Amino acid sequence: MKIRKDIAQRKRTDKVFSLVGLIATLVGIVTLLALMIDLAWDGTARLNWNFFTAFPSRFPDKAGILSAWVGTGVVMFVTALAAVPMGVAAGVYLEEYAPKNVMTTLIEINIANLAGVPSIVYGLMALGLFVYKFQFGMSILTAGLTLALLILPIVIMATREAIRTIPGSIREAAFAVGATKWQMIRHHILPYSAGGILTGVIIGLSRAIGESAPLITIGALTFIAFLPASPFTGTFPFLSFEWLKSPYTVLPIQAFNWVSRPQKAFHLNAAAAGLTLMAMTLAMNGAAIWIRYRFRKRIKW
Amino acid sequence: MRKTMKGFLAGTFVLAFAPGLWAAKDVIKIDGSSTVFPITEAVSEEFMKSEPTQVTVGISGTGGGFKKFCRGETDISNASRPILRKEMDACLEAGIQYIELPVAFDALTVVINPKNNWAQTMTVAHLKKIWEPAAQGNIKTWKQVNPAWPDKPLKLYGPGADSGTFDYFTEAIVGKAKSSRGDFTASEDDNILVQGVTNDEGGLGYFGLAYYLENMETLKAVAVDGGKGGVSPAMETVKSGTYAPLSRPIFIYVSKKSARRPEVKRYVEFYIKHAQELVNEVKYVPLPAEEYNSVLYRFQKGQTGTAFGGKSEVGVPISELLNRKPKL
Repeated sequence: MKIRKDIAQRKRTDKVFSLVGLIATLVGIVTLLALMIDLAWDGTARLNWNFFTAFPSRFPDKAGILSAWVGTGVVMFVTALAAVPMGVAAGVYLEEYAPKNVMTTLIEINIANLAGVPSIVYGLMALGLFVYKFQFGMSILTAGLTLALLILPIVIMATREAIRTIPGSIREAAFAVGATKWQMIRHHILPYSAGGILTGVIIGLSRAIGESAPLITIGALTFIAFLPASPFTGTFPFLSFEWLKSPYTVLPIQAFNWVSRPQKAFHLNAAAAGLTLMAMTLAMNGAAIWIRYRFRKRIKW
Repeated sequence: MRKTMKGFLAGTFVLAFAPGLWAAKDVIKIDGSSTVFPITEAVSEEFMKSEPTQVTVGISGTGGGFKKFCRGETDISNASRPILRKEMDACLEAGIQYIELPVAFDALTVVINPKNNWAQTMTVAHLKKIWEPAAQGNIKTWKQVNPAWPDKPLKLYGPGADSGTFDYFTEAIVGKAKSSRGDFTASEDDNILVQGVTNDEGGLGYFGLAYYLENMETLKAVAVDGGKGGVSPAMETVKSGTYAPLSRPIFIYVSKKSARRPEVKRYVEFYIKHAQELVNEVKYVPLPAEEYNSVLYRFQKGQTGTAFGGKSEVGVPISELLNRKPKL
């Protein structure tokens, strides 16, 4: 009899925890949902073709986000291009090559600390380093590199976590058939951990896409009514990097500017810009899930 | 084949990063105050319809804008206050000469709840009694400000300490910029201040005139008595200079070197000639029409320097300001 009571008691505890867990999960989802509904409520009416193809304007109903969404897209592209190779290389080195000594521990602790540095500090650093020292100017290149540094710790840590989940026996098997360390990493570690690395990259990019403070520090604009130069040209060498030097603005800055206007019609524009930003983030996440699925399918163990 | 391709790509990359190729094209670069931004945005929008020159406008605040301006990174700086001594020195050191052009008025509005029927006119002394640092923790009811007013709690709303509005209000009312009590609801987002006063019978707040004009149905503006009887804030009273001391001119500063570029010259002239109409459209108060002629004259003569001598001044009539000889 006592045993039954005991079991019932434990089952109750189990139920209580699952309920607490469910509530905890819902808090996050409900908040996000409320935010989206609120934005959609205000902003949907503004989401038309003109909104995406027009430049900013003093007339709220004519104003659009062309320069902002193109700017956000291009800056994110540069960010990913810089952060992924650097972050993955650093993560692989720390996990597979670095000797376990004081120096390595120090580096590891510092990387973890870097993830907690406020983004404005990265902006100030980039202003001195990229804008003035390297003469990159207030350009898309500067913005991309700054945000890349910002998300680098996230990418490095995600890479290390992902690599750590691969069983040691895989490494030993590769060595046993005569693979070098690089061959082992190239043929086994990287493909198997790609899913985890990708998740980290996307978390990082999702953080970067909403940043405005460091970008304002390094010269992001608010009104810009032209697009970066095209990367393709009609003459040799057919590729141009002119766009990297272009001035730019991004969606969060445009939205913030509209929110701070007195006219209510601009607030609706800001909501629509917020929705667009959210859609871009979701699209990025969706792409990551799809690529991860493709990678998973190829793994045979 | 793959190797040549790689080498080629690397080459292009190096080429793209060579510092010599980073020269800017014919872009007119403007940065500075967020208060002036809507006007400059409107002018740039119209200007770019009339010719292919590219214009960019940033918002790094009046101070941040002057920093870039005095390093020679921008052609024009938006400013919601005159240039200060240390900024003048920075410009002087870098050899940047500038032309100071007032373009519109910015008026602050003191607002109360529509249910408030006792404090529809307030003197500068009343406002000072409410906002000065000594009021912190002491002045908590309307009765304490004026014994004729009811014994109702006084709730205060104002912009944060980083804003130019805060600087100007404290200077005009308390007598010293940034000198204010600290126990009020502060927000950089003026819409929050609007909401606060709207929902609070004993509420009092201040912000730009444009916010009041957008929210006239839920707020009441206080007529401010600067010594000559109460004057309500409105387009006409600001323009005529009778709404004092809470209205001030706002400026653009044009670099003399940039002004020699034909497209910059065309832009500034376009700015002054269309200011009247465009300033109205973005809900700011334009200068009296004849004053724009003086502004245009100052630009075309290339009179460099500031009429303020490196410090802010409260309540100078615009006509007097334009008659002063600017000095570097």
